[in-house]
Amino acid sequence: MAITMTKGQVGLTGNAAIAYAMKQINPDVCPAYPITPSTAIIEDFSGYVADGAVDTELITVESEHSAMSACIGASAAGARVMTATSSQGLALMWEMLYIASGMRLPIILTDVNRALSAPINIHCDHSDSMGARDSGWIQLYSETVQEAYDNLFQAVRIAEHRKVLLPVMVCLDGFITSHAIENISLIDDAEAKQFVGEYIPRQHLLDTDNPITYGAMSLPENYIEFKHEQSRAIAGSKEVVLEIGKEFGKKFGREYGLFETYRLDDADTAIVILNSAAGTTKVAVDALRKQGMKVGLLRPRLFRPFPFKEITAALKNVKAVGVLDRADSMSGFGGPLFSEVRSALYDLEARPKIISRIYGLGGRDYKVKDAVEVFGELDRIRETGKVETLTKYITL
Amino acid sequence: MENYIEVRWHGRAQQGVVTAAKVLGEACLRSGKFVQAFPEFGPERMGAPVRAYNRISDEPIRLHCQVTDPRYVLIADPTLIGVAGVTDGTPENAIFIVNTHKSPSEMRSELKLTSKGAKVFTLDATKISLETIGRVMPNTPMLGALSKATSFITLDALIENFKENYAKKYSPKVIEGNVAAMNRGFNEVKGE
Repeated sequence: MAITMTKGQVGLTGNAAIAYAMKQINPDVCPAYPITPSTAIIEDFSGYVADGAVDTELITVESEHSAMSACIGASAAGARVMTATSSQGLALMWEMLYIASGMRLPIILTDVNRALSAPINIHCDHSDSMGARDSGWIQLYSETVQEAYDNLFQAVRIAEHRKVLLPVMVCLDGFITSHAIENISLIDDAEAKQFVGEYIPRQHLLDTDNPITYGAMSLPENYIEFKHEQSRAIAGSKEVVLEIGKEFGKKFGREYGLFETYRLDDADTAIVILNSAAGTTKVAVDALRKQGMKVGLLRPRLFRPFPFKEITAALKNVKAVGVLDRADSMSGFGGPLFSEVRSALYDLEARPKIISRIYGLGGRDYKVKDAVEVFGELDRIRETGKVETLTKYITL
Repeated sequence: MENYIEVRWHGRAQQGVVTAAKVLGEACLRSGKFVQAFPEFGPERMGAPVRAYNRISDEPIRLHCQVTDPRYVLIADPTLIGVAGVTDGTPENAIFIVNTHKSPSEMRSELKLTSKGAKVFTLDATKISLETIGRVMPNTPMLGALSKATSFITLDALIENFKENYAKKYSPKVIEGNVAAMNRGFNEVKGE
């Protein structure tokens, strides 16, 4: 991989950046079954393994179901474990995702977001990770190559935090981010190593002096208590995400929170949107601000657990909100992000009007003009106080 | 809209346009710019039309949509003219660089350009690459031609970047051949 240096910056694709972060983290085990568009992560990383640049045991398996199964086994044995996948690969892991989180294993998975079949499509949307939103994994979303890279280091710390002990999924957009070279600042190897630290499992299967069982049967007398503990752990992880985001900011100058707001403070209308499309939306925000429209943006970074309270506070003075989903939950009532934001706003006395717009499925381009059109619609809602179309597909 | 240089590369799979966009992005980044370099993937087979794009700016680039109205268009395979929408969205002052043995004025009419503000440059990048690199790799001479036809990247920056970044990947002979190809592309490109 070629690295270009200028002012501490290099040019890397999202996939190359994730593979490089994995090299710096040097996990113990990486079970993998490559799939488009995340293939290059494992391609690059297997190069690091072959070159002896990492000590990782790379396990090539026969399916994604096996990849996640091997992650679970290795993690239960006390290893720091990472893998990467996309789309059908994540879908095939589905059964094992719940087992990873139920066993409280701090596995890290990079999901390069891609549409689900049918019809077959290799391009970006968020149907894959949204399908896993209730699997008990913490989910971090990334706008840029830089953020995807930075998120991976933080994911390790969040997952392994003693108050959390849950798997974390880092999501970035297929092709748009995974295959685009962008400027990024890399962390120094020693500082990266120091930030993630050594993984000392609280308990593990290979500790024969303290034998334990993972995945035992749990019947009605205690299953619900396990789930209650797990639910409390994911809810509590929000504070840890904030703490680690602050620490990362102090060390490396890029602080991360639960979500990013852009020109939202005095905004009348706002778009809520995930990942790379937020960048395009910011360009629309600036263009409309120049014309005197008070528009803003909120980009969730942490989607699981969903920061209900904080997002409600951030949106409470906005008159009209458009939630843009790059996935449809096929509920007949808007996308998954829309459902969460709408639910979050319910407790407000004076609630903003809110609409759901589904965009960009299967890699359909989302342009500045698409964001401008949504802002136009929101402005009419602000004027009239009336929502004419609650849910709708755009970019058709 | 924000201030970007936008470039679109047209070629066929295996002609190296994705790599060319990558090399151009890296060289611009090395010159202190913010860059994007990304391909557009379609059917993955040899000979299929491929597009690749660059955005180059003095400011961080936030746009993550496709490049739809590039001022700079590079065409590595002239048989794509008329079939791959090579002039789509281009502004009146567009600059076209075409790999062909034909003259710029011949290409202007083949491209059916109506705007007098548009400029057309041609070079025989296939021949140059055969003579310097030893195989058909039109992307490298075209990078040299781009630095001659435009002002946003210098030939030195392209060559320095290539030498520095690819020394590990390629043998000195391959590096030398590519550098010679860039130099000849720079010197042999003709425009109107």
